[in-house]
Amino acid sequence: MDQQQYLSAFGEVLLFILAGVIFILVTLFVSKLIRPSRPNPEKLSTYESGEEAVSSAWSQFNIRFYIIALIFLLFEVEIVFLFPWSTVFANETLIKETKGLWGWFSFVEMVIFILVLALGLAYAWVKGHLDWIKPDPKPTRFSSPVPKEHYHAINEKYKSSK
Amino acid sequence: MISFLIYKAILVGVVFGITLFIAAYSTYAERKVAAFLQDRIGPDRAGPFGILQPLADGLKFIMKEEIIPNVSNKILFVLGPSIAMLTALMAGVVIPWGSTLVINGETYSLQIVDLNIGILYVFAVVSIGVYGIMIGGWASNNKFSLLGAIRASAQMISYEIAMGLSIIALIMMTGTLSLREITELQTGAVGSSWNFWNVVYQPVGFLIFLVCAFAECNRTPFDLPECETELVGGYHTEYSSMKLGFYLFAEYINMFISSAVISTLYFGGYNFPFMNDLGMDQNIITIIGTIGLFIKIGFFIFFFMWIRWTIPRFRYDQLMNLGWKILIPLAIINIFITGLFGIL
Repeated sequence: MDQQQYLSAFGEVLLFILAGVIFILVTLFVSKLIRPSRPNPEKLSTYESGEEAVSSAWSQFNIRFYIIALIFLLFEVEIVFLFPWSTVFANETLIKETKGLWGWFSFVEMVIFILVLALGLAYAWVKGHLDWIKPDPKPTRFSSPVPKEHYHAINEKYKSSK
Repeated sequence: MISFLIYKAILVGVVFGITLFIAAYSTYAERKVAAFLQDRIGPDRAGPFGILQPLADGLKFIMKEEIIPNVSNKILFVLGPSIAMLTALMAGVVIPWGSTLVINGETYSLQIVDLNIGILYVFAVVSIGVYGIMIGGWASNNKFSLLGAIRASAQMISYEIAMGLSIIALIMMTGTLSLREITELQTGAVGSSWNFWNVVYQPVGFLIFLVCAFAECNRTPFDLPECETELVGGYHTEYSSMKLGFYLFAEYINMFISSAVISTLYFGGYNFPFMNDLGMDQNIITIIGTIGLFIKIGFFIFFFMWIRWTIPRFRYDQLMNLGWKILIPLAIINIFITGLFGIL
């Protein structure tokens, strides 16, 4: 039965996905027909532990998630390159034709590639982007031509006028 | 043409049916396992031994009133759980559920389609699953949901890298991305050549894959997205009715699919020891093999539950440290060692 190919492999995957979509739509529709619907303002308000919800949730969130996403992107691209390489790496005909030289060649090639990316990971690690709990922030060192005492003097001067 | 379509339709229907059935009964099994581990009885009211509990739960999900918060984004609110459910269902298409059956001279394969990039397809579908959680959590416009969704996304993308790297180490040995070919490389044969299950050659890769599978399924100890002590219900705080059902169901389907993938990649899939040496008919071998595969899957589903009721939850920084500082370097070292062994 498999010899007769009426659909390409991905055509069959598409059939499967369509069946999934139909299943979901039917379930949602049946549920919509059966369930009661008696909304009131209390029910439709946002849940915030029984309190009135304060402001919208669509606001800023921690920048660290963004950095993680950036590093992820880097490695995901690496993995995309590694997948085709890994199939070719184990290719027996290529290994036989080159008397085993192929393995070393592709291996060294990939070591160089991974090392470059591992350098990126090491950089992020050293910079502390992978630490979820940040160590106490240290003030940046700087040298200013204006001595500290001047600032202090100005602060003192305008303190009383407040 | 017609018979071909009927055969494929039956296969699709059967795979859907089995997936949903096992997912439904995983919820029952989870409660029974939890009850067993905590010295309780568990559900026992619906039918004998509570065997009809999943049906009762499903019926309740369908008949509950649905509440969509006023301030939420309504379209995305519906789209979120649908994507989660769809991606969970999609992965089952490439898994080889068994070898081939020969009926009246025609060969029937117990796999819907053997994609030559099978494992990559599973990997891609799992990645899309993040969108379901992210969209749903964001669309709720609830602070708990948003936090849960962001946590889930960061966690899943972190562990996806280690997962991909552990799969690459496996493919460097097998040289193919097709799940059926990977399974057939593990076919046992006594005498001329011993083919062991891949877990023998890739123990570290298997461990990394297992840990990442837990993280990808948002199961304890990695269930921070729905960490109820901090975030109420996590990304599905605002969900009710069938849409909540979709999220919960998707989790169990994901568990089933990842158990199937683990069994196929590392534990021989539908192969069983001495399968070609007992002089059995091809069809009988296929049937026993399929039963064997489901026993392996059942064991891993039980393992998921066993871990859940044994180990407490990680802290978020521990989770990120494990993913980025331990699993990824370990997976890269694993690739190096596999490469060296492959050459020598």
